[in-house]
Amino acid sequence: MRREVHVLSDKVKSEIQQLKARYPHPNSALLPALALAQKEHGWLSPEVLEEVAEVMELSPAQVGSVASFYTMFNRRPVGKYLIQVCTNVACSLLGAEHLVEHLKQKLGIGVGETTPDGRFTLLEVECLGSCGTAPVMQINDTYYENLTAEKVDQILAELRSR
Amino acid sequence: MAEPILLRNVGVPDSHTIEVYMQRGGYQALPKALKEYEPAALVDLVKRSGLRGRGGAGFPAGVKWSFLPKGVYPRYLVCNADEGEPGTFKDRVLIEHDPHGLIEGIIISCYACEVNTAFIYIRGEYEFGARRLEQAVQEAYAHGFLGKNILGSGFNLDLIVHRGAGAYICGEETGLLTSLEGDRGHPKLKPPFPASEGLYRKPTVINNVETLFNVPFIVERGAEWYTSMGTEKSPGLKLFCISGHVNKPGVYELPLATPLRTLIYDYAGGPLEGKPIKAIIPGGSSTPMITPENLDVPLDYESLAAIGTMLGSGAVIVIGEGTCIVRTVERLAEFYRHESCGKCIPCREGTDWLYKILHRIEHGAGREEDLPLLLDICSNIGGKSFCPLGDAALGPVRSSIAHFRDEYLQHIRDKRCPYQD
Ligand SMILES: Cc1cc2nc3c(=O)[nH]c(=O)nc-3n(C[C@H](O)[C@H](O)[C@H](O)COP(=O)(O)O)c2cc1C
Ligand code: FES
Repeated sequence: MRREVHVLSDKVKSEIQQLKARYPHPNSALLPALALAQKEHGWLSPEVLEEVAEVMELSPAQVGSVASFYTMFNRRPVGKYLIQVCTNVACSLLGAEHLVEHLKQKLGIGVGETTPDGRFTLLEVECLGSCGTAPVMQINDTYYENLTAEKVDQILAELRSR
Repeated sequence: MAEPILLRNVGVPDSHTIEVYMQRGGYQALPKALKEYEPAALVDLVKRSGLRGRGGAGFPAGVKWSFLPKGVYPRYLVCNADEGEPGTFKDRVLIEHDPHGLIEGIIISCYACEVNTAFIYIRGEYEFGARRLEQAVQEAYAHGFLGKNILGSGFNLDLIVHRGAGAYICGEETGLLTSLEGDRGHPKLKPPFPASEGLYRKPTVINNVETLFNVPFIVERGAEWYTSMGTEKSPGLKLFCISGHVNKPGVYELPLATPLRTLIYDYAGGPLEGKPIKAIIPGGSSTPMITPENLDVPLDYESLAAIGTMLGSGAVIVIGEGTCIVRTVERLAEFYRHESCGKCIPCREGTDWLYKILHRIEHGAGREEDLPLLLDICSNIGGKSFCPLGDAALGPVRSSIAHFRDEYLQHIRDKRCPYQD
């Protein structure tokens, strides 16, 4: 028997329906649909994936397989602030690894972990396309560029005070 | 620096709005294209300009457009704004500062290719750019530059901004299309090429942001203007992104065939802290690295090929003395291993193996046999992987062994990285 799942709001579900109608083929709406679901729910839990599958009229296996391919889809809960530090070549040449160490110390967590209060998750990511202003990190939707340890401290303090 | 063309709106307040874009002469090429040209004549104009694709491979845009099979509709155009090649950030500058320049280029290109639905596939990380594009698309609809019967010409076009979700392989054109169809971004076998069978199995044009961005200027100023810059085979202007150990990293607009030395010293302010340059990656992370002996190479497709590397996306990464090459290559190998889509064995297994060997060399556990082994693995990936991602992973490995073999041997012999305290 199917489980009843009600994790997505009607608003998101109707937005997904609109997206499906927008494309020449409805399946093209899958990535944007997953992004909307993640925005609402914070991460793509099995229940969310199942519900997206239902609205998209796709199999849960298909939706799960797509969700697991893309790094921006979180399949585990993440903190309120998702800190993603680029450690690719240009950022690395200008000290990105030191920033990661600095963040680990300041937050008291390792890469891939979330602070116990659920505020910050720390990740290393591939090139963010901001190599001219390296080193760079992305926190949620915002880029922070030309970073130094002092700047990182300021940013953390500002986020903590929010 | 000469008067900027591609970057003319960058740094101008509110350049992303349609008002400022139009005040500065924007949306003038569009009516000209619609009034003065039949679609086929526009394809011919772009062919005569010699404009080459700016996404990495450098294939002539007009020639690609002319491959669309006659009489098959619908056709699609997809602007590749995935920009995932490490070192590359030029498309982001255009998108954020001049979204209408790109949109105008897309509209004209769609008219030329008889396309009525177009997409901009933008990497998911570019949230700010995507929002600016979406806003600009709405403005363009409101002004009648998109939608039905554009400027009374009878030409219709819908433009959809589509965001990716983090996967470098989605920059590869067939992977991009698979992703746009709502699937994992797995590449497809070619042929058929997208021009004959692409999105939803219909004829599809895929071009890079910078490529499409050039089109309005070619319409306004003509093919001869374009071919008067650069070389015969590499005409026009190019955006170069320069990063790493230089004083003024950033995006610079230069005619093709400008010497690498000019870019590094005259534009990017020379090496950081005056440290000698050790190596240069000339065209994005997959392009084989070169050494300062080649500083006078002209930055164009042929000259870089002649010295065994590539212009690629025009992303120059400068590596100063004091940087461990093995560590740098290990990091790049980690990137390719992470981004391999897993569809084919040579790339999936090979990139992982390359990384593991580089990792052990860098961490003091390298063996004498590791260098021939690395090269052997490279030759088992090269030309044998399903898509060019496999080949892309080899550029840093092979070139670094060619130029810095002693540094590798030193790591192996001393069982440690000489650059770590
Ligand atoms: C692994 C891989 C990644 C690529 N990434 C990009 C990219 O991010 N942006 C891009 O425009 N082209 C990228 N390309 C090149 C595209 O496949 C394609 O050649 C290009 O978008 C065509 O546009 P152009 O002819 O205007 O250059 C990539 C190719 C490969 C093999
Ligand atoms: S290497 Fe960090 S943004 Fe490109």
